[in-house]
Amino acid sequence: MPFIPHTESQVQDMLRRLGADSIDDLFGEIPALLQRAAPPEIPAGLGEAGIGRIAKARAGRNHPLLCFAGGGAYEHHIPAAVWDIASRGEFYSNYTPYQAEAAQGSLQLTYEYQTMIAGLTGMDVANASLYDGATAFAEACLMAVRCNRQSGSRRIAVARTVHPAWRAVAGTLLRGQGLKFVEVPLDAGGKADFGPLDRDSGDGFAAIAVAAPNYLGGFPDFGAWRARADKEQALLVVGVNPVALGMLRPPGEWGADIVCGEGQPLGIPMSGGGPYLGLLACKARYLRQMPGRLAGRTVDSAGNTAYALTLQAREQHIRRSRATSNICTNQGLMVTAATLHMALLGGEGLRRVAEACHARTVELVDALTAIGGVRRAWDAPFFHEAVLCLDRPVAPVLAALADQGILGGIDISAEYPELGNALLVCATEMRTARDIQAYASALTGIMRSGAGSGEVRHAA
Amino acid sequence: MPPELIFEKARPGRRAHAQAPAPEAAPPADLPAELIREQDARLPEVSELDVVRHYTRLSKLNFSIDTNSYPLGSCTMKYNPRGCHRLASLPGFLDVHPAAPDSAAQGLLECLYELQEMLARVTGMEAISLAPMAGAQGEFAGVAMFNAYHRAREDYERDEIIVPDAAHGTNPATAAMCGLKVREIATGKDGDIELEALDAALGPRTAGIMLTNPSTLGVFERRILDISKRVHAAGGLLYYDGANLNALLGRVRPGDMGFDAMHLNLHKTFSTPHGGGGPGAGAVGVAASLKPFLPVPLVEKMGGAYRWRSEAPQSIGRLAANGGNIGVLLRAWVYLRMLGREGLRRVSDHAVLNANYLAFRLAEAGFDLAYPSRRAGHEFVVSLKRLRDETGVSAADFAKAMLDEGFHAPTVYFPLLVPECLLIEPTETESPEALDALIDAMVRIRDQALSDPEAVISAPHRMPIRRPDEVLAARKPDLAYGPALES
Repeated sequence: MPFIPHTESQVQDMLRRLGADSIDDLFGEIPALLQRAAPPEIPAGLGEAGIGRIAKARAGRNHPLLCFAGGGAYEHHIPAAVWDIASRGEFYSNYTPYQAEAAQGSLQLTYEYQTMIAGLTGMDVANASLYDGATAFAEACLMAVRCNRQSGSRRIAVARTVHPAWRAVAGTLLRGQGLKFVEVPLDAGGKADFGPLDRDSGDGFAAIAVAAPNYLGGFPDFGAWRARADKEQALLVVGVNPVALGMLRPPGEWGADIVCGEGQPLGIPMSGGGPYLGLLACKARYLRQMPGRLAGRTVDSAGNTAYALTLQAREQHIRRSRATSNICTNQGLMVTAATLHMALLGGEGLRRVAEACHARTVELVDALTAIGGVRRAWDAPFFHEAVLCLDRPVAPVLAALADQGILGGIDISAEYPELGNALLVCATEMRTARDIQAYASALTGIMRSGAGSGEVRHAA
Repeated sequence: MPPELIFEKARPGRRAHAQAPAPEAAPPADLPAELIREQDARLPEVSELDVVRHYTRLSKLNFSIDTNSYPLGSCTMKYNPRGCHRLASLPGFLDVHPAAPDSAAQGLLECLYELQEMLARVTGMEAISLAPMAGAQGEFAGVAMFNAYHRAREDYERDEIIVPDAAHGTNPATAAMCGLKVREIATGKDGDIELEALDAALGPRTAGIMLTNPSTLGVFERRILDISKRVHAAGGLLYYDGANLNALLGRVRPGDMGFDAMHLNLHKTFSTPHGGGGPGAGAVGVAASLKPFLPVPLVEKMGGAYRWRSEAPQSIGRLAANGGNIGVLLRAWVYLRMLGREGLRRVSDHAVLNANYLAFRLAEAGFDLAYPSRRAGHEFVVSLKRLRDETGVSAADFAKAMLDEGFHAPTVYFPLLVPECLLIEPTETESPEALDALIDAMVRIRDQALSDPEAVISAPHRMPIRRPDEVLAARKPDLAYGPALES
């Protein structure tokens, strides 16, 4: 009974008070044929030391790889203080702050988080987070349709350069509500090709969505996208990387209406893919259509500053089937970590991280494209990811690199067949010149020897 | 007064110098100037100690399980073992990039596969997907699978979902997200569903029903087998909202009750932390008939190796950018392995013992139980209507006074059908002494309500703030530090 404090005599006393002979009596209303022994397939219980041995052995079977992959999850330095403080029981084990008087710490922190995200994105308001970047994108699209009822359209034009998983999740979540996505393809230079929209004869678009930097590392022509949105009388939804915003002009200054993003780069470990942090911010006039929790500053009955969740009338526990979303939780603990992380870096620190990521990726791309059979997909500015085209299939090359302890990037050939053998590479501030040299020499060997052109040993 | 904001502590030029990388020798020359920020982002300029001290101080303004009892109905605020946190935070788990080849993540995948298998056994479901990142996403997956199932059978008429009036708000919100109409049915006086109301709602348009059992009223739906027969006979499917599984763990399985799909709130039943509102995890389980529709990715075992499988032609699709809230799943895996087969039932045994003891003692002390003739599950409902009528003290007032006593308030005004209600769930990790202290506190508050109602109506008195003005907060939203918004 690992975490049950009752002594046997206490249990007997409690049963006596209840007039019950045994604990089984307390389950007497449940039909007997539904009650059965615990499943024998579950192993016997372990103490902390016992499960610790197993967990450590398994953690040790995950091979550490020198990471040159991004695609929405990035290896950054995380200050020790971030998780030391976020793991305090008062943050780790508290509940959603519905009882504001018992949660002023988390509420003030969330207010600070919202301020930081609003400042970073150049928007008026940010919510207290959604599950991850993909769900934030889906909710941003849904919100845009609600904000733009006058357009009458339930279609959203989405750049093909938006993260494929974000588009997939939006498809899953919004299909049931009759929303349709129309893809804006890539032209030969990796830019958006608006041709299909020009030829489109549908009922217009409620929103158009783009990411900056996009999944392929590049930047959209913001002027063209804003103009397109104006032409369609559509809202402009922009996906972001918060670290990139340390150096890049925020989308609010480009005329974005709604901004969404993956907050993982803000102090959250890669952790196999989650839990991460969905960012969502918007212009003030769209506030009441924004899903998810919001912390607000107000006063208490004595007139002192106080914080509380606000505008809850939009949410499922009040509006039920008429809620803006079925979303119930946010990612509170990740918000705590991200807030600590942003406070520790500050505006200058975040810019330095962004500039270092960019500089290391420039060095990486220069080193790799010097190798025969490796070239850039197009020559356009990038942040900290770029698409390389190989003269052979990518999967076996990545497998050969993994054998040498290197995670060489992401094979995007299947997602983007129009790019051929396409490899998405990334370097963050964590990669050193020596790391980049190690990747380049490993890849040189693989490309020269023809290794990697054989069997796929590691499915991605 | 609350602490200053971190922005108010800032001084121009102050830094946490150890945390940022060295500046680059030259600014990025290859990026067009129009892409670059003119000024650094407006984040606080503070030292590392400023940050550590500020957020440590803020943390102390919170209640948490580690510091206070949380008899918060429907939320299962049990102890979150530190061992789960420590082991899920091993670098070998944290440093795995989601695009790492499966061969480099075998230890992680083995844990996740084992969790899938154990949860299937515990629930009596055929298969589990760990992808949903919260209970509401699990519900979404379940109802989307119902839609997919009916469509795959070329049955296109089923556009209604039946939801009892006591259900969690996420149930009707989820149904609406899936494009279904909600048909609400009444709960009878004894807390069970009215079968006549069910029969009247069932028909060729029924996609399914969403149930919590024990219900949010804390009582077990005794005719569940009859209900599942009727729903299936009408061609509908049954969804189990796993919010209250702590009442049945190791004893009754949703699969045996006839449910076709369900989610588990791993942050409730399996003790992963609430973290101030997430991250949760809402693993979804299904009967064999719905297996092809499970959300991806799934963890598979082939030969001796584990792998992510993302391709499944009939799947409802992807719910998360990656494989779900994996760090949360690892905590649940550690917890489940620590409980073991013999520990499962002890959880529900003691959760139900605690709830019944608390309900009995409170009734003895003069509180009104909403369903006095029924056995409590792991939680129960107290109505303060009589107290409010006599003294003007509402359930909300009572809840605030409990904060002054050092207890987190129970869930208030939910379920919606019991007036002035408190939904109380002690969980199995509270000791009998803690329950006795809770009873004493509630009796003290009740007695004060009778002798000096104003003192309760104006509570709390000993918390960091008095009651916040929520009307002002909503009318003039102040959601970020800086210039006021025009909305």
